[in-house]
Amino acid sequence: MSAQIAVLALAHLVVLLTLPFVVVGVIQRTKALWAGRKSPPLFQLAFDAARLLRKRPVYSEVTTYLFRVGPYVVLVTAVVSGMIVPILGARAALGFPFDFVWFAYVWGLGRVALMLGALDTGSAFEGMGASREATFSAILEPALFLVGGAACLITHERSFDAVLALRATTVTGGAGAGVWAGSVVALFILVQVESARLPVDDPTTHLELTMVHEVMILDHSGPELAALQVGSAIKLTVGLSLVAAFLNPLTGRAGPPLAAAANVALCLLLAVAIGTVESLVARWRMRAVPQYIVVALIAAGVALLATTWQIGGAG
Amino acid sequence: MSALAGACSVTLDARVASAIVPLDVRAWRADLLARLASGARIVTLYGRPAPSAHAGAAAVMVTAVVQLTDGRLEVTRAVMDAARGYHAMTADVTALHCFERELHEQHGVRVAGHPWLKPIRFEAGGRAARDAYPFYAIEGKEVHEVAVGPIHAGVIEPGAFRFMCLGEIVHHLEIHLGYQHRGVEPLLLRRDARKLAPLVETIAGDSSIAHTWAYCAAIEALTAGDERAPVGPEIEAARGVMLELERIAMHLAGLSGLAADVGFLQGASSYGRLRTTAINTSMRLCGSRFGRGALRPGGSGVRLDAEAGAGFSRAELRQNLALLVNDLAIIDDCFLSARTVQHRLKGAGRLTTAQATELGLVGPAARASGLTHDQRAFGAGVYAEHPVTVVSEPSGDCWARARMRIVEIGRSLAWIAGVLDGDPVWTPRRASTAAPLELVADRLVVSVVEGWRGEAVHCLETDAAGALLHYKVQDPSLRNWLGLAIAVRENEISDFPICNKSFDLSYCGNDL
Repeated sequence: MSAQIAVLALAHLVVLLTLPFVVVGVIQRTKALWAGRKSPPLFQLAFDAARLLRKRPVYSEVTTYLFRVGPYVVLVTAVVSGMIVPILGARAALGFPFDFVWFAYVWGLGRVALMLGALDTGSAFEGMGASREATFSAILEPALFLVGGAACLITHERSFDAVLALRATTVTGGAGAGVWAGSVVALFILVQVESARLPVDDPTTHLELTMVHEVMILDHSGPELAALQVGSAIKLTVGLSLVAAFLNPLTGRAGPPLAAAANVALCLLLAVAIGTVESLVARWRMRAVPQYIVVALIAAGVALLATTWQIGGAG
Repeated sequence: MSALAGACSVTLDARVASAIVPLDVRAWRADLLARLASGARIVTLYGRPAPSAHAGAAAVMVTAVVQLTDGRLEVTRAVMDAARGYHAMTADVTALHCFERELHEQHGVRVAGHPWLKPIRFEAGGRAARDAYPFYAIEGKEVHEVAVGPIHAGVIEPGAFRFMCLGEIVHHLEIHLGYQHRGVEPLLLRRDARKLAPLVETIAGDSSIAHTWAYCAAIEALTAGDERAPVGPEIEAARGVMLELERIAMHLAGLSGLAADVGFLQGASSYGRLRTTAINTSMRLCGSRFGRGALRPGGSGVRLDAEAGAGFSRAELRQNLALLVNDLAIIDDCFLSARTVQHRLKGAGRLTTAQATELGLVGPAARASGLTHDQRAFGAGVYAEHPVTVVSEPSGDCWARARMRIVEIGRSLAWIAGVLDGDPVWTPRRASTAAPLELVADRLVVSVVEGWRGEAVHCLETDAAGALLHYKVQDPSLRNWLGLAIAVRENEISDFPICNKSFDLSYCGNDL
């Protein structure tokens, strides 16, 4: 049994470190298909990162160590947060009680490091980007806790295991569906905001004035830029895997290898969904982004209400 | 006095220069204001050095060209002492602001009481003056400034923008240009006036045809005198087709950029792809995707064959047009019906009709705000034979400026199809170089062409010996930049890029 756990943990780590490159490649490929263009190679992000690692970073004279440390904090927090999320549709190696709270603040730590680095440059653009990021993430934060709280309450679990339990057995009927649907919608929007995807942010734009996340990495170069790019790809993958775990029909019904494969496949399908959304809609006006985030809050609220209804009915 | 207007698709006016009696400065000022008050529209106002009455004082001949509602051009001039100058008219007619600033900058004319006497392009003073640009400042704890440029992300021309913002809202935008100043006007005077076409084509590379047509029409008017016929209808038609192809290509480029700026992938890629079809059609017609070499005074570099062969046949041209019409129908519907595109563009960067009139906007930017002037509507020649219906949109926002482009592309495609219905055959023709025509002495020619961005104005004047005395070039961008600055007020700063793209102005056209 412990051997199986060790294998699963190893597989978890391998997937966590390779899947992000594929996810980004799949999104690019999807967009290229919709646009009628030829896509870059599937592993373009890896090639980019390898190229950047060979370069010497350039620093502005006004920046301090905050600016240099930020990218690595982003990378490390992304990897660490990935260790506790059930990427493979099974309990993650490092799962522990109330790990979703820890998860939220590890992401928060990465965000703060990035924002401080941006402010450190003293650039008006980066300040605007940091201010937008702070505003949006402050509105967004309750969504994750509402979803986590709802799932834990209804399954009597206290960690990301709740996701698996919700999927596997315990909850059925209207309340279960409410929790499930609300959580999936809320988390999908959360991933779009956190990973700076359309319609919230445009990862491919060159227009500094419209950027949120991208503008904060404008001044980074070389290995630090690589760390930021890979870090956000990992965050994106971790987020999508969490949504996939909610959707995975094989959780608890099939053996771990099959459930894991299904989860990875679902994650890639979600990447296609992200790419499709980016191909078919334009970006929201900045003013409308908080309204879009409120949709995530409402969805998460629905999940919580469904939970209380279920518990009230049972008790 | 000869009236050449009517013989050419260009709004043109050629006169004996000495027959236009310069008015006394006060009388000229009153005359111009009266004309503008009675419904005439300012086309240009510029100065040139004039022989001084007494030594030591610099005299400047100031020429104002206005257009009456029926399209006729009228000229009114005054000679003034630069140091004494005159009292600014900008306070009465805002549209004159850029001309008076330019007059002050180029000729040192004192323009007393001008409310915004800032440099247009730093003709003199160079870098030191540029770095000391007197930016308007707004004070207050909550106000912050964002400086963008002069070097921008993406491959575009340089220009500095400074935003004074309250949070995400722009209170004031100041646009500071001049980084592309090349000294075009003095350069044009240095060479043989009849051989300037290659130079004129590069004044603003995206409006080569518009500027070159204005130049060619002016030179043709100057060499033809009163008695000779202007260029034949065949050359006229070829020029018209090239101008409309330039319009189609640049409007497609604008739509592609606008779609990219709002993150609408399908629009960005499809409009961008179709632009290639449009510029490749220009290439097949004249050998250059940007229409270089297509127009020459008294001649033409455009080739269109009746049958398929080595050159470009009518059938192939029709095929390209059909492809554009067909694909545009699909992508236009996709772009216009996308809710998110509407959400981004509607209401952003709004300029009312009153504002557009006051600022003297020209071209599609003006028509998107409900104004209806389009020089093609006045043109004779090929535009009389195949009339253009002027399109205008009332709302004045980015959405209107995008729709304007879509509608104009459709009209231009239909217009070219109309010209092709006559089954034309065009052969390249150069004006005879054996005995080049002399310029007629003592003439002032004003030619105005409606390019894709608006009216390109060229004013040429010859002296008593028939040499070129002055060459004034005006790109529509000069007048429209302030429109952009006013349009973004009270908008979100993140909407500036789409406002900017919806105007799509030229830096080098302004900077000359």
